[in-house]
Amino acid sequence: MSGDAVLSARHLTRHYQVKGGTFSKPATVKALNEASFELYPGQTLAVVGESGCGKSTLARVLTMIEPPTSGELTIGGHHVSLKEGQRPPAELRREVQIIFQNPYGSLNPRKTVATMLEEPLRLNRREMSATERREKALEMIAKVGLRPEHADRYPHMFSGGQRQRIAIARALMLNPRILVLDEPVSALDLSIQAQVLNLLADLQDEFGLAYVFISHDLSVVRRIADDVIVMYFGQPVETGPAEEVFTTPRHPYTQALFSATPVADPNRQRERVKLKGEPPSPLSPPPGCPFAPRCHLATDECTQIDPPLETVVDGVEVACIHVDQATAQHAVAEAR
Amino acid sequence: MALLDIEGLSVRFQTSSGLFAAVEDVDIRVDRGEVWSIVGESGSGKSVSMLATMGLLPWTAQVTADRMEFDGRDLQQLSARERRRIVGGEMSMIFQEPMTSLNPCFTVGTQIDEMIKQHKGGNRKERHERALDLLAQVGIPDPARRIKAYPHQLSGGMSQRVMIAMAISCDPRLLIADEPTTALDVTIQAQILELLLKLQEETGMALILITHDMGVVAETARNVIVQYAGRQVEKQAVKSLFASPRHPYTEALLSALPERASGQDRLPTIPGVVPGQHDRPTGCLFNPRCQYVTEHCREVAPVASPGDPARTLCHYPLGSPGDATTPDDVSPGDLPPAPSDSDASQSEVRP
Repeated sequence: MSGDAVLSARHLTRHYQVKGGTFSKPATVKALNEASFELYPGQTLAVVGESGCGKSTLARVLTMIEPPTSGELTIGGHHVSLKEGQRPPAELRREVQIIFQNPYGSLNPRKTVATMLEEPLRLNRREMSATERREKALEMIAKVGLRPEHADRYPHMFSGGQRQRIAIARALMLNPRILVLDEPVSALDLSIQAQVLNLLADLQDEFGLAYVFISHDLSVVRRIADDVIVMYFGQPVETGPAEEVFTTPRHPYTQALFSATPVADPNRQRERVKLKGEPPSPLSPPPGCPFAPRCHLATDECTQIDPPLETVVDGVEVACIHVDQATAQHAVAEAR
Repeated sequence: MALLDIEGLSVRFQTSSGLFAAVEDVDIRVDRGEVWSIVGESGSGKSVSMLATMGLLPWTAQVTADRMEFDGRDLQQLSARERRRIVGGEMSMIFQEPMTSLNPCFTVGTQIDEMIKQHKGGNRKERHERALDLLAQVGIPDPARRIKAYPHQLSGGMSQRVMIAMAISCDPRLLIADEPTTALDVTIQAQILELLLKLQEETGMALILITHDMGVVAETARNVIVQYAGRQVEKQAVKSLFASPRHPYTEALLSALPERASGQDRLPTIPGVVPGQHDRPTGCLFNPRCQYVTEHCREVAPVASPGDPARTLCHYPLGSPGDATTPDDVSPGDLPPAPSDSDASQSEVRP
C-alpha cells in the first residue's frame, strides 16, 4: 500500500438502545462491533455480508451521520471525536460523501439536476458566484457521462442508471477523498450495472478516490475490491486482500456465503456449504460466537468464546477458533 | 399435449398517450415436470406475461393470444368462475415481496386454510392438519407454533416459505415463481431455490421461474426464455444458452456479468437503456444498442426463422442454428442442422 491512510478505523463500535415497551425490557443492539481497517487513496475496500450484519451502520458511522459508541475514527489525519447529537466540523464532512442504493429515493423530485449539484457548493463554498457554480455543475455532469441539456431536467425524467450517475456527480461536487457506496448498483439492471461500475473505476483513477464499497453481490465485489471485510451479525469475521479471501475463504461463514452465491455457469458442479437456519435476532444474541448456531463446525467451545480476529496468514485475519479445520475442508472441497 | 401452451401472447395497456404493448408475440410451451426460466431486465414484460396467464391483470390490460391453453382447456374461453378454479389451484404463483404478499391482519394458518378451503374443501380439522403438513414440508421449524404467527412475526425467508406453502397447498401442476428470491439474502436465497427444486422433483409439477439473475438461471432451470422490451428474443436449453447465445442481446448480457469479465480492464457494457413507451425504435427493438446493427435492422423488425429451434428474434443470429437445442431435445448433438440458408448468407454480410 502506498502513502498514508486517508481513513483509519480502530475498534469502531456502535450500539443502539432499544426502549422497552409494555411487554418488553429495554435492550442494547450491537449493530457494529469492533471494526478496524485502513483505507488508502485509490483503493477500494469492500464490505460484504447479509442484511442486518451492520454494513449500513458502518456506512453511517464512517460518514459521521452517527457517532461511534466507542472506538476511534481518523479521517485525513484528523481525529474525529464526536458526542451524541454533535455535528462534525465542515471540513471533515466534505471529505466523506455517500451514495445510496436507491437512486429513486435519494434525489429530490422537485429539484433540477443542476440545482441539486450546485447545492453543496452553495452551502460549503460561499465565495463562489452563481456562474462559477453552474460551470462546475456542468463540468461534473459531463464527467459522469450525462449531457449538458440534462442539467435542467428533473429526476423523474431519468432512468435508474442515469439517476445513479446524478447521485455520483452530487457526491463528487465538493471533491471528497472518500466515497462510501452503499449498494450502489444493486437496484440497477445488469446492462446498466456494468456502465456504472466502469464509471466508478474511471472516477477513482481520475480523482484518486478511496471507496468503501458496501455490497452483497460477490461477483461485483470480486471485480472491484482491493480489500474485503466479511461481516456477520455486526462484527467482521474475515478481512484481507480480496484476491486472497476469494481464492481461499477461511471462515466457515465466508465459505457458506461464497458457495451460496449463484454462479452463471450451468456446467459448474459443486458442493454447497449449507447453512442451517437464519441469522439470530439482534435482541437476543447467542452466547459465544454469533455464527455458532448455524455453523457446521461448531463445538461446545464455540458457544463459550466469542473469537477475536486473529492473523492467519499475511494480511488475512479470521475470527474463528476452528479456522485450520475450515481451511482444510475448503481445500478438500475445491480439489474435488 | 403440453401442460401450458401459449402462442402469440400480447398484452397492451391503454395509457393517456395511446396503447402501450408491454408484451408482444410471446410463445411459451411448458410440459409436465419441466423447469423453465424467463429472464430479462426490468420492463422486459416477463412478469406481465405470467400475470396475463394467471388472469391477474387489471381490466385496463388487453390480453390477446392465438392460443392460450392450460391442460387442453382454452383459458380465453373459460368463464371467470371456471378460471378462478384453475388459478391458485392447478396453476399457482408466488411473488417477489413475501412481506407484502401476505395479509398482515390474519395469521399464517388462516391464510393457508383459505386456499385449501376454496380449492379442496374438507372440514376444519383436515384443513388444519394439511396446513401443518405444508408448513413442515416447506421447512418451517415448529409448525404448530408458527401456524398461529402473523406475517410481521416472520423473517423474509420464513414469509417466502409460507407463500410457497400456500402456493403448493392445492397440489398445483404448474407453479410460477416471480422473482421469488430477489428480496432475500444469498444464503436464504440458496435455501429457497433448493426448496423449490425439491418440491418440483417430489411432486412432478412444472416450474416457471421469473428472474433477472443469470446465476439463478444457470443453477436452477433446464430451459430458458430471454425477453427484451416485451419481446421474446430467444429460447434455449440453459447449457447451450450460456455456451452459445444466439441473440446479440443475450451475448451482450452474458458478457456484462462481472464474473465473466475477469482479467479485462473494463466491463463490457451494453450502451444506452431499454426503450420505454415513448422511445421505441423502428425495426428491431434492440438495434440502438446492438453491436452488429445494420441498416436493415433499423428498418425492418425481425421475425424468428421457423427453422431455428431457438426462435431467435434477429436478422443475423449468432452461431449456427445447430448449436441451439430446444428443451425437447436430449442433447445438442441429436439435432439435425436446420435448413436456414438465409441465415448463413446473411451472417456473412454482418459488418
